[in-house]
Amino acid sequence: MNPTLRAFLLFGLVGLALLFTGFNQSWTLALTILNMSLISAVLALGVNLQWGYAGLFNVGIMGFTAIGGLAVVLISADPVPEAWSAGGLGALMGLALGAATVMAAIAVWNRMQPSLARVLALIATLVVGYVITRSVFAPAREAIMAVNPATEGYLGGASLPVLLSWPVGALFAAGLAWVIGKISLGLRSDYLAIATLGISEIVIAGMKFEGWLSRGVNNVAGLPRAVPRPVELQGSGFVQSLSERSGIDIVEMASIVEKLGYAALFSVVLIMLIVLSELALNSPWGRMMRAIRDNEIAARAMGKDVKARHLMIFVLGSAICGLAGAMMVTLDGQLTPGTYEPLRFTFLMWVMVIVGGSGNNWGAVLGGMVIWFLWVQAEPLGRAVMELLTSGMAEDNALRIHLVTQAAHTRLILMGSALLFMLRFAPRGLIPEK
Amino acid sequence: MDALNALIMLANFVLIPATAYGSQLALGALGITLIYGILRFSHFAHGDVMAIGTAVVILTTWGLQGAGVSFGVLPTALLALPVGIAFTILYLLAMDRVVYRFYRRVRAKPMVFVMASLGVMFVTNGLTRLLIGPGEQRFADGARFVISARDFRTWTGLSEGLALRSTQLLTVVVALIAMGILFYFLNRTRSGKSMRAYSDNEDLALLSGINPERVVMITWVIAGTLMCLAGTLYGLDKIFRPFTFFQLLLPMFAAAIVGGLGNPLGAIVGGYVIAFSELGVTYAWRRFAGYFLPPDWMPEGLMQILPVDYKFAVTFAILVLVLIFRPTGIFRGKVI
Repeated sequence: MNPTLRAFLLFGLVGLALLFTGFNQSWTLALTILNMSLISAVLALGVNLQWGYAGLFNVGIMGFTAIGGLAVVLISADPVPEAWSAGGLGALMGLALGAATVMAAIAVWNRMQPSLARVLALIATLVVGYVITRSVFAPAREAIMAVNPATEGYLGGASLPVLLSWPVGALFAAGLAWVIGKISLGLRSDYLAIATLGISEIVIAGMKFEGWLSRGVNNVAGLPRAVPRPVELQGSGFVQSLSERSGIDIVEMASIVEKLGYAALFSVVLIMLIVLSELALNSPWGRMMRAIRDNEIAARAMGKDVKARHLMIFVLGSAICGLAGAMMVTLDGQLTPGTYEPLRFTFLMWVMVIVGGSGNNWGAVLGGMVIWFLWVQAEPLGRAVMELLTSGMAEDNALRIHLVTQAAHTRLILMGSALLFMLRFAPRGLIPEK
Repeated sequence: MDALNALIMLANFVLIPATAYGSQLALGALGITLIYGILRFSHFAHGDVMAIGTAVVILTTWGLQGAGVSFGVLPTALLALPVGIAFTILYLLAMDRVVYRFYRRVRAKPMVFVMASLGVMFVTNGLTRLLIGPGEQRFADGARFVISARDFRTWTGLSEGLALRSTQLLTVVVALIAMGILFYFLNRTRSGKSMRAYSDNEDLALLSGINPERVVMITWVIAGTLMCLAGTLYGLDKIFRPFTFFQLLLPMFAAAIVGGLGNPLGAIVGGYVIAFSELGVTYAWRRFAGYFLPPDWMPEGLMQILPVDYKFAVTFAILVLVLIFRPTGIFRGKVI
């Protein structure tokens, strides 16, 4: 089949599946799925940039998504003046001192001749720096977290427009990726995987523990909206007339309009990214990246700086992940560090890229949408299958109750099987690379 | 006396727990390093296969307990271990047959194997949760302590107590036995030597008539045994929860890399390095320092270098240091 036609058909099928959900279940659910699948598509684009263009294996997508989400709080939440006066200066100074310690350590290491003295000087710098940083930072941290802990207890944000936080989220993730890439690129490819796995756990631990920054497990709720709330929309004449004409309840209509608003915003971002990625892929730069991916040694022989190019694409791909993370938090309207888990935020993205077609942007986007749809719908499906399978057993059969209550986990099995199946029988994905 | 008390306290809160935890990590890292050495890929499903093996052990334990079987002072789980090990081995061999063998035939790139192991990880994770649920399970029984803190204090008259939990002693003993057998096998038996030969130089080993499929099978059998042992011991000593086992992936990989990927001795050393640093850095040293410092020198805080929430950061920091300064690991692993 003509690849373009095939792509159109597959995207058409996703659209049909969403319409089917809308007619049979509810339009709110269909739009919720659509919004998250648009975000997933953005994420998949980012991962595809790293894996499909350069063969970099990033297992820390969760961390980059989470740090992008943090940007939404830091940019758009209202500042807490009491907290700033209690310890804002101390916290900032602590951070600056910490950074200065690291820089001093690097300077010591680079300036001195290799010797035992160098190692001792490095350790001394780090220990002294740590003690000073801690003595400034710890009291400030406590003071901030003591300010009205039930509702605040953190520094808050800059009260800027929430959309500004999207590029900032991308910047945060890019910065993190630069540090990780600098350390682990150029070594074995598995090392990047382990390093990213580690950093993502640390980012999540940091967001849970550093209450002064993110309120930790207490969550930051009520973040500014990018689209008016359903309650506000109910008052608008436009929504009221839509509701009257379509016969849909005003409350549901407002929620649908709100979700459509987000869908429009996300679509704009997604389309921009696809256009940019496609242009990049077909440019000399894209050809060089694929040349490096397919034969690193040959590319190096042609004078390409493989490590620098890898670092560049790793930073770019992670920035897209950060952007998607910021979009996700904006959509939810709250930052909940406790809900980031690697299966959902890292490994599911890999299923999306592999199933969709690595190396092909449209494939990644399709994979993001298909897999997200399946991920959401597999839960009721799994329960239905389990109920069907166990329908011969008695109502109070322990095995039946167990299987039906645990049925939600069948979606993990479904996702893993999808990944294994595609990897084996269609390793180039639903929409293969040209 | 103060010095002795301080030492006892250190042993109680850091040395003993870290030795037990290090043994568990070492068993896990040994599996990772062996799979890496023979099959040449990073086995990401390691934590989850550990979890499903342990889940089978737990279910068997419950069955035994229900039937009134007990193992005296030792945990009943030890009786259930053979079932769990057999299951883990069969599970791994089945996965090898269904998933990995194909990629060996087509000589796929290592990254494809890693990707496949992600798929296996997903499936295994789902199966574990389906089997036993995502929650915490406790299955330790038998005697709780070999030495309890109170007994220790009355015996020695020291003010600090030293508790040695039976699971800790059991972990170390079982781990040492397993490591002993493994090294005997690798260094002295024909199959073990053929495994090392295959790991060293695949082509040369094939030319000498070593059957690669057999080497791979032995690797899975050993790795499965180690995984089920590590998982059960960890579950007995701490807690069983599928997600916690998944998270063990990072310290186990770090241990294998720190020691030198593909080097069994390195994996063991790496396991203890990670465990001791993790506990040492997250331990509150205040009371320990209290035995040495004059009272007015005592600092305000707990003297904890990092809060426990950041234990992954410790693992990660060690990993980063190794990657920067000695990417082959302490014992010169295979390749960088």
